[in-house]
Amino acid sequence: MPTTYTPIATTTLGSNTGTVTFSSISGTYTDLVLITNVSGNDGAICIRFNSDTGSNYSNTGLRGNGTSASSTRATNFSYIAGTSNLSVTAGSLQTAIWNIQNYSNTTTNKTVLFRDGMATHITGATVGLWRNTAAITSVSLSPEFGANVFYTGSTFTLYGVKSA
Amino acid sequence: MSPILQTLANASAYGYQTFAAAGGDFQSIATVTVGAGGSSSITFASIPSTYQHLQLRAITKNASSANFAAMRFNSDTGSNYSAHYLDGDGASATAGAASNYDRSYFGYTGTSSQTNIFGVSVIDILDYKDTNKYKTVRVLTGVDANGSGTVELSSSSWRNTAAITDINIFFSSTNFAQYTQVALYGIKG
Repeated sequence: MPTTYTPIATTTLGSNTGTVTFSSISGTYTDLVLITNVSGNDGAICIRFNSDTGSNYSNTGLRGNGTSASSTRATNFSYIAGTSNLSVTAGSLQTAIWNIQNYSNTTTNKTVLFRDGMATHITGATVGLWRNTAAITSVSLSPEFGANVFYTGSTFTLYGVKSA
Repeated sequence: MSPILQTLANASAYGYQTFAAAGGDFQSIATVTVGAGGSSSITFASIPSTYQHLQLRAITKNASSANFAAMRFNSDTGSNYSAHYLDGDGASATAGAASNYDRSYFGYTGTSSQTNIFGVSVIDILDYKDTNKYKTVRVLTGVDANGSGTVELSSSSWRNTAAITDINIFFSSTNFAQYTQVALYGIKG
């Protein structure tokens, strides 16, 4: 059987950074899996595709904060956001595994499914939609709210999973 | 801080490490893609026993209004399954369970009224060939339609110590729509 779950690229930030982008992504794979382990000064981690900053995203989220469970929704938004604010506890890492399914087809809108959390604050799961049937060729991540940054040492690793 | 925008072609010059393709223990077993006529079910049969765990990765759509698919193992239609779930529907989180059920949970799907929208699922079936254990399934699934949708975490049990050799994915009475795709992977231990 063909082996898969192939590392495509990884980066560990050497300085505080506002946006991290994986571009020119090959259409060879079936799914992309992005693993992030980050800290930052404020805002949730946000994802966009193909440099689209329009109001073409939405998401449905589920979260538990140690006291209660809740669900949220965003519609006609300019990004898909994770559940945890990066600044809740200084030095704490927000971890996430993002599954970007069938990213290279040109028939379906693109859906991302991820679990994320920060041990000192929250755990969650989110399904997000990018209303575009184009193949995904770039993935950008940034903290919410403009001038915020990911801190030095944050890691981002992209994998490709190819079905038989 | 200015954004870093890099192509993978020149990534190494900017601190991105790229990888050559390498062999590994996560292997693709089979893929089913539904054609123009739709399909009443999706089946993986004669699953090899050479792995430790299985993973299903899927995008799914129903040809009608059903929005959740189920799964059975080894053609067992008896009440030998149970499950717990935690759902978020955009307004509230809800939990539930099913005991002595005749199916395992698979995941949320798009419906025929949701243009180009598919549900997605990542499903882990742990120790699928271990004849000393009941089989445990862990599901992460969801569908978002820009104003509606659900994300779910669930866990299911099949009360049978037999090795899983077949997986059947289905709706109660309707079909999978075209472009639905389910891929089965094996993870070596």
